[in-house]
Amino acid sequence: MGPTVASNRSVIEVEGIAQLIALLQRRGYQVAGPTLRDGAIACEIINKLEDLPAGWTDEQAPGHYRVKKRNDGALFGYSVGPQSWKKFLHPPELQLVELRRDGASLKILHNHSVFPHFAFLGVRPCELAAIAVQDRVFQGGRFTDPHYDGRRGQVFIVAVQCTQAGPSCFCASMGTGPRAREGFDVALTEIIDSDHHLFVAEAGTKAGAEVLKELHAVPATPVLCQQAEESIRHASVQTRQMDTAGIRDLLYENFDHPEWDNVATRCLSCANCTMVCPTCFCTTMEDVSEVTGEHAGRWRRWDSCFTQSFSYIHGGSVRTSSKSRFRQWMTHKLASWIDQFGTSGCVGCGRCITWCPVGIEITEEVHAIRGGGVNAAPISKGDNIHELA
Amino acid sequence: MPPTLEQPGISHAASDPMRPEPYFVASVSRETHDTFTLSVEPANGVPAAGFAPGQFSMLYVFGVGELPISISGDPEQAGRLTYTVRSVGPATQALVSRVTGDWLGVRGPFGAAWPLEAVRGKDVLIIAGGIGLAPLRPAIYHILRHRDDYVRLIVLYGARSPGDLLYKKELAAWGRSPDTQVLTTVDYGGVNWRGRVGVVTTLFRHLRMHPDKTVAFICGPEIMMRYVITELEENRGVLANDIYLSMERNMKCAVGFCGHCQYGPYFICKDGPVFCYQKLRGLLGKHEL
Ligand SMILES: Cc1cc2nc3c(=O)[nH]c(=O)nc-3n(C[C@H](O)[C@H](O)[C@H](O)COP(=O)(O)OP(=O)(O)OC[C@H]3O[C@@H](n4cnc5c(N)ncnc54)[C@H](O)[C@@H]3O)c2cc1C
Ligand code: SF4
Ligand code: SF4
Repeated sequence: MGPTVASNRSVIEVEGIAQLIALLQRRGYQVAGPTLRDGAIACEIINKLEDLPAGWTDEQAPGHYRVKKRNDGALFGYSVGPQSWKKFLHPPELQLVELRRDGASLKILHNHSVFPHFAFLGVRPCELAAIAVQDRVFQGGRFTDPHYDGRRGQVFIVAVQCTQAGPSCFCASMGTGPRAREGFDVALTEIIDSDHHLFVAEAGTKAGAEVLKELHAVPATPVLCQQAEESIRHASVQTRQMDTAGIRDLLYENFDHPEWDNVATRCLSCANCTMVCPTCFCTTMEDVSEVTGEHAGRWRRWDSCFTQSFSYIHGGSVRTSSKSRFRQWMTHKLASWIDQFGTSGCVGCGRCITWCPVGIEITEEVHAIRGGGVNAAPISKGDNIHELA
Repeated sequence: MPPTLEQPGISHAASDPMRPEPYFVASVSRETHDTFTLSVEPANGVPAAGFAPGQFSMLYVFGVGELPISISGDPEQAGRLTYTVRSVGPATQALVSRVTGDWLGVRGPFGAAWPLEAVRGKDVLIIAGGIGLAPLRPAIYHILRHRDDYVRLIVLYGARSPGDLLYKKELAAWGRSPDTQVLTTVDYGGVNWRGRVGVVTTLFRHLRMHPDKTVAFICGPEIMMRYVITELEENRGVLANDIYLSMERNMKCAVGFCGHCQYGPYFICKDGPVFCYQKLRGLLGKHEL
């Protein structure tokens, strides 16, 4: 794919990002963006430019994550962190209904009929793809999840094209990055060198174009546009890959492959991979009631197919072994997802690889199932035992 | 949806498939030592939504939890929904402890139904184990009401013990209907039992079947359904396309969002719970799928 350097690109400076945040806030959006939190780059509600992790980057490997200083002031000079935008659109915990018992009557109250309006700043191409995957899950079928729908419909997305890929990234082989072509209102490419620090901006929607106009963004020169495309191309060179040819049938046909036993000797069923994955959507329900018995709530919480209780039916769980749970997770991601939603459930963001405490790599597991040899011992540095919310 | 740039206003969720509606318990009757049948009516007085035989509801008990329970009543009896619940744990125990006038939250009906339209003109063979008769009872009601649409009706029903047989009076009455055969069996008979003893597949030897004109609807423990399918396919020559079964998995939402009920490529809540066996061939019996 050759770069299409359109003439409608414009340029904003670092100060323009501050103005962008302020403009979105004035329009009533809660702006969420990357920020340094607990030794990682998290996605949080931010207030100002200074909340962005300027001058920080990350070091990633299977089972390994560290933030460290860069030698420049780049605002977006890192790969994806442990959190994703999923936490805003499909919150980790959410009260679905509230119930009141009032003498002879039962009132069932709908919760959250007013939804927050988010603007996401710094969404990576693989994350745009992940949002599109969850759109299919929660909006694309016979039923629509009003909670997801209510949040999603209002979102304003400022994407950031990737100009460097981390060692866990494999978006290029999944066809989701490093360049986003749709799914955003505005997309930025950060250019930082000895001469400048600026952002080449493109509008993906009319709303995005209006925002750029209001920021008084000036037209980008062809040279700058070229430089932006060059740096994105640079990020498409990735050492990690997933061979997705015929992957659905590959997994369906290898239910009994010995690699599942092998991976089960390493997998701790800790569920980290599902908590960090931007497309994993499974939840459980929790019922709470006050001691008075007058008031009860139903909460939806993120759940994981790695737990024993996930498949419990009266008499015992269906998937008791960690082997069967890992197999379910990976087969769902890469095979059944295609049947269910017409897309892969994996966008190649690499989070499950970085955040697996024993460094299990989904790309290597596919390779092993293909007959590329049973996967060897973990190459984890084993120091990644952060608690993930 | 394109994001708007207007000053964001207030948006209201449209219909919420996860919001229970308040119903009240209109009647409770005891079927066995651990199984009860409850009928519920909408609290707002608007007649309950219709359902198709084989569908289920999510029943919510205040502060305790919510469960998938099949609708076991007559699909043509308007106004109320009927369920038969076996108490096996905290939530089902709370359900069967409801008394007339108590409140329940109800969502649904959900899921795929028995294909009663498509199988007109055939012999219908219904095979149930234990509580599995509950989701099949609406199909039996339908067939008996539209008797001319079907040829023979055969019901094979197995339970653990004589005390576990559901709907005993109705079973006897169905057996007296024209062109209808009802056979029951129990795993353990006890001293006063004069009926048949043995697993449900032992009832097949009392049957003369026309495999090319027969469709089978099966619901019961998975192991029982597997034995029944083997018998139907291998010994009786019934085609996989003519065999339907109702599946069960953990279910938290019933609308395909919670992920718990996945079964290979399917969500049991929305692709099932009733499946044509042809679709499940290669999945059924796979350990820890
Ligand atoms: C489509 C469908 C239809 C059903 N129809 C009926 C019916 O008509 N009558 C009836 O008595 N039972 C029926 N069941 C089974 C019933 O839902 C379980 O017996 C019940 O969930 C057990 O809950 P518990 O809390 O009492 O028991 P526990 O065993 O303590 O269960 C704890 C939790 O695990 C889950 N769970 C346990 N068993 C099952 C199960 N078999 N299926 C799904 N989730 C389970 C539930 O979330 C439950 O709250 C049906 C199940 C499904 C999936
Ligand atoms: S499976 Fe792993 S690499 Fe794929 S989207 Fe999920 S976290 Fe990212
Ligand atoms: S993060 Fe790694 S160890 Fe934990 S459940 Fe996933 S694959 Fe297993």
